[in-house]
Parts: sequence; structure tokens; C-alpha cells
Amino acid sequence: MVMTFINVNAQSVGMVEIKGGAFVPLYGNDSVKVKVDDFFIDVFPITREEYLQFVKDNPYWQRSNAKKIFADGNYLINWYNDLHLNEDTPPQAPITNVSWFAAKRYCEIQGKRLPTMDEWEFVAMANEKLPDARTDSLYNQYILNWYETPKTFNQQIGSTFKNYWGVYDLHGLVWEWTLDFNSVLLSGESRKDVDNDRNLFCGSGSIGATDLMNYAAFMRYAFRGSIKANYSVKNLGFRCAKDK
Amino acid sequence: MKIKIYTSTLLLTFFVIGCTESSKKSELVNKDPSSIVVKGESVANLTAPPLVPDPVGTREATKLIVNMEILEEEGEMTDGVKYVYWTFGGSVPGSFIRTRVGDEVEFHLKNHPDNKLPHNIDLHAVTGPGGGATSSFVAPGHEKVFNFKVLNEGLYVYHCATAPVGMHIANGMYGLILVEPEGGLPPVDKEYYVMQGDFYTKGEYGEPGTQPFDMNKAVNEDADYVVFNGKVGSLTGDNAITAEVGETVRLYVGNGGPNLVSSFHVIGEIFDNVYIEGGNSINKNVQTTLVPAGGSAIVEFKVDVPGTFILVDHSIFRAFNKGALGMLKVEGPDNKTIYSGTVQEGIYLPEGTSNQEMPTQGNESAETGKANSIEESIELGRQIYIRTCFACHQSEGQGIPNAFPPLAKSDFLNANPNRAIGTVLNGLTGEIEVNGVKYNSIMTKQNLTDEEVANVLNYVYSQWGNNKTEVKPNSVKSIREATDH
Repeated sequence: MVMTFINVNAQSVGMVEIKGGAFVPLYGNDSVKVKVDDFFIDVFPITREEYLQFVKDNPYWQRSNAKKIFADGNYLINWYNDLHLNEDTPPQAPITNVSWFAAKRYCEIQGKRLPTMDEWEFVAMANEKLPDARTDSLYNQYILNWYETPKTFNQQIGSTFKNYWGVYDLHGLVWEWTLDFNSVLLSGESRKDVDNDRNLFCGSGSIGATDLMNYAAFMRYAFRGSIKANYSVKNLGFRCAKDK
Repeated sequence: MKIKIYTSTLLLTFFVIGCTESSKKSELVNKDPSSIVVKGESVANLTAPPLVPDPVGTREATKLIVNMEILEEEGEMTDGVKYVYWTFGGSVPGSFIRTRVGDEVEFHLKNHPDNKLPHNIDLHAVTGPGGGATSSFVAPGHEKVFNFKVLNEGLYVYHCATAPVGMHIANGMYGLILVEPEGGLPPVDKEYYVMQGDFYTKGEYGEPGTQPFDMNKAVNEDADYVVFNGKVGSLTGDNAITAEVGETVRLYVGNGGPNLVSSFHVIGEIFDNVYIEGGNSINKNVQTTLVPAGGSAIVEFKVDVPGTFILVDHSIFRAFNKGALGMLKVEGPDNKTIYSGTVQEGIYLPEGTSNQEMPTQGNESAETGKANSIEESIELGRQIYIRTCFACHQSEGQGIPNAFPPLAKSDFLNANPNRAIGTVLNGLTGEIEVNGVKYNSIMTKQNLTDEEVANVLNYVYSQWGNNKTEVKPNSVKSIREATDH
């Protein structure tokens, strides 16, 4: 690959510190504030190239070795083989088609962890200028437009905006795993729970969810609710975080 | 039943209200559909609009496998306007599903790996929580299977019910499932699938480019497009549905919404039968039937005379300004007794001779449409033609006999380009002769920019055997200045 961009990867650029705080996440019906402690988060999502190195170092996570209960049949499905990326997507695009188990392990081996959903949402509230841009209609429209744009997983990391904290690509390339992705509203198991369903199916849009950010958030929660920890999805990647 | 009537006056009252027809129906209902035993197994034949699968009402109830794939993909809302649709089966509305009472459906919902979002399906024909939505919630690259037995006959809407529900529907995630009664519906000659939907785009109607969904407009129910079968022109010109004189036509009409109800009407036809709201109740001799958002109707009529019959939402600005217009072309011999055609014509202008004027659009349209070459000008002109001229002068410039003169091989047009420019700018009233035929009609003044006038005339001059005159925006400008008052 003839790309000078390659050296500017997530590892060398590393992480940035996020100053914690309290915020009201856009889920649930009450307005209870959630406290987020100071933490570090990767500037970029993990790339395909970085993940390739990970499976070279950790053969257990190569496609043909990974256990189905930890990574379903879509795990790295587009790769040429265990150790060769397919060539129709750049090596600097975010890694996708990885399960939660694999993502979690990747971060652990780096001495990191997946960000919690509250941490992720806290950082993702920020646009270029403001730590909380949730009331900015342009920002919300940007996010919604991304949700509607096909095949963004093919783009390189860093190709969307740098936010207030110095973090790239939270919106615009791929969805991202969080540590507790299935803890709110919907999960693989709680979908059977009628009370939880009400929050995300037909009734949801009618109760208080009139502003755009709620719609964008609903779409994220709906997505998270549709996945299970062994799922590998073409539009779903991850990045790591770390306690301060 | 009659014995019971005499047993008590209270019951008598009940039966008078209930009426005999419903007691007949109750015999059918008594055959509990849930107890119908299925035989064999088959894979459902699904069709994209405007087609419907062959009737299934005469076969025995069966285990029916439905394979439905969800695709998020870019399509064309109208010429030059792209939109990312979310679809059931690759079309808007989604694939037509045809079942009969008692069928046991095994529904496979497949979310394509390239898709970004989870989806599900709520079929109004399902008896069960969420109409299947809770059991079919499926992540991209995955498949969910659920089973249901169809108990109630009728024409039902299905749609995606994943949050935000309105957005999923607004992007095209709806379709129809028909449940035929035992023995089927009465046979007809032609059946078609027509479904209305409203769309909300960042740009106004016709603004070129890829147009994202606009949530604010959707919440305000301020639709930019109201269309049949997912896009402007899906049922016009070459895409028109067809029938022969003397045939009976049945339309399965649905309305996906998300917001607007449809006043469905076919210009020049009267519905012989309307299955009100897609149920069992049949109304006769209906001009316009209301199709609620998330609802349906089945309409039937016999076509007696040839011609083009226009399908509209009779909330009429939607038809002529937002796209809710389709065509049924009927071929065959005239019947002058039923319809004579024009027998006399003339001008009637009680308010004087002042020309009518189309409303001015915003400044946006003035900024677009600069062509760098004659080819580009012709292409831009084609888009303007479709939006502005098509309704009267028709797709091949053939016009409409006795009403609107042809632009194809038009001696009037080719003789004098400056007159043509003036006509587009200022309109034209009164008698003219085109290719040996006299027309006495009104063309409205068109509010187009100099560039747009040049583009549309370049398109017209380049088509249909015309003399390929090239019109420059400057010529338009000078004629505009000369004729402005």
C-alpha cells in the first residue's frame, strides 16, 4: 500500500484525556445525571492493519481459530484468509466484523479496556467546538445523515472531524462496541421484556423524543439492542479506553 | 338462527341491528381459521410493485416460507434527485406478499451485511405482540425467523417498527400483505400494486443532488414528495400500468405514510367496488376512497373506453406539485356513447386576456442550472422538461390532441426560436397552427431563469426530429428585457 498516511495511526497518536463530568444521557424516562470519571480514550478507532497485527500475535483470534460462541460466522468474513486483509478496503479503515469478545480482548492485551457506554456517549456529545453539542441542530443533522449514508466503513480513520476533546470518527465511519453495550433499554435477553420494548419500538418516538439528538441516540440504542456479544457486523468497530 | 329470534324480544332487537348479512358472515367466522390444517410447504413468490403474485385463494392452506431481504440503497426520487431508501426486498413499497386464510407463514427477515441499521417488521396481518416486530429485530448481517398463522382475510400493511419508527417508514420501509379468503377473491383481468408514501428531504421538491432525510420536516408533516410506488414517475410514461377496453382491473392500494392520508382517485373512472380499508365491507360506485396511513383499500373497476386514466391523491396539489400521480393506459376501440371526446371548442376568458402565471420559486433555482456545454445544457433541460413541461406536452413531445400542441417535429417551434423563447417566458394565449392543426389554448408563463429557459429549449430542440437550434442564455436575457414591462 502506497500511503504516507499509514504512520499516523492510533497507536502512535495514542490517547487523549477526557475530563469527566456529569450529564443526562438520552435514555430512560427520568433525568438522572450520570457521573463519568476522568479517563483516556483512543483518538481513532482501531484500524484493520492494527487488528491484523493483533491476530498475528494472538493466533487464538485468527478467523479459523476463533470459537463461534465468541465470534459468529461473520467474524473477519471479508478477509482474504486468516492473515491477509481483503484489498477492496484500505488497511487504514476501521476494523469491523469483530465481536465484542474479540474487541474486549484486543483492548485488554494493550493494557486498556472498552469504553463504557456512558463514557462513549459523553465523548460523542462533543462537536468541534463544544463538549456538549446535543442541542445544535446542524450537528444532529450531521449524525443522522451519517446513519443514512451507505458504506462508510470503507473510509480511512481520521476522515471525519476532530471533536472538542481531540477525538476523531465517533460519528461518520462505523458504530463502536462499548463495554456494556447491552445494559440499557434493550439487550439480547431483555428484548423479551415488554416494558423495555416499549422504549424502543412503536411507542418510543411519541414520548418526549421530539428533538433530533434523541432520534440519533435512539438509533444508536436500537443498534446496540439488536446485537449480541458474539455478533460481528460490517459497520461495527471499536476503540479502547483506559482509567486515569 | 330464526328460531332464536322468536325466543325473546331482546334478541330480536339484536338481530335487527346485526342484520342478515352479518349473520351469514358469522357462519364463515364460525369456521375458526386457527383450526385450518395446513398441507405441504412452499416458498412465497414475492413481487416488486406494480406487480402482484398470482392468486393463491384456491389452493389449500400451506406452510408458506417468506424470504425478505432488507436493503439500504440509493435510488432516484425524481430525475436528478437521489435519495437513500431503506427497503423490504429492494423496492418501495416492499415486495408484495400473497397468502390465504389459514396459511402458516415462516418469515425469514434478512438484514444485508452492508446495511448500517437494525430493522424489524410489523405485519398488520399478524395476531401477536408487535405484529412480529419484537421477534424479528435483526442486526445487519443477520437473519431472524418467526412464524405466524394468518387468521383474518384482507389487505394489510407491513412496515419496519424499529426506533425511530417514523424515520424507518419515511425512508420507504413499508409494503402490503394480502390474505385471500378461502376460495380466493373474484377473478379479474388485471391486478396491480400501488402504494402511496410521503417523503421529507433537505432540499425542496426537484432540488438536484443527493437529498438527505429531513427529520424536522417529517415531524412537521411538511412533505416535499408525495408519491406512488416510491418515486415520482414510477407509474407514468413507459412505467404506466395497462389494460384493454372491457377488462376488469383490481388495484391493491396501500398507504405507508408516515404522515399523510390519501384521497385515492382515478380520474375518469368510478370504482365499481371498494373493499373499504382493505376489509370485507364492499362499497359500490365510489369516486374517491380514503386510504389511511398504515392502511389500505382494494378498488375494482371495469374499463369501458380507451385513454389514459390518471391515478391521483385528490388532495390535488400533491398530485401535480409533489408527485402523487400515476397512469393507467387503456387500449381498445372507442365507445362514443359512453364518452364522445370533445365535440366543440373555443376560448372563454371572462377576466380579460391577461396571461396566467406560475408562482415564482425561491432563489435557489436561480443559482443552479449553469451548463458548460450543449450536452450538459440538454441534460439539465431534460430535468426541467420532466418537471415543468411533461404534463401537457407529454414524454415524447407528442402533446395531447385538441388540447396541447406537439413539440415533436413542430413547424411552429422550428420556424422561430425567438418566438419559442418568448412563449416560455411570457406564455401564449390564442389560436396557433402547429403541423397543420389549429390549437386554441393557454400556456402559462413559466418562472424559469435565463439559463433554465435556454436549457429546456435546447433539450426540446435536440429531441424528436427538431432542428437542433442552440439557444444561448444571452438570447433569453435580451428577449426577457425586450418583453418585460
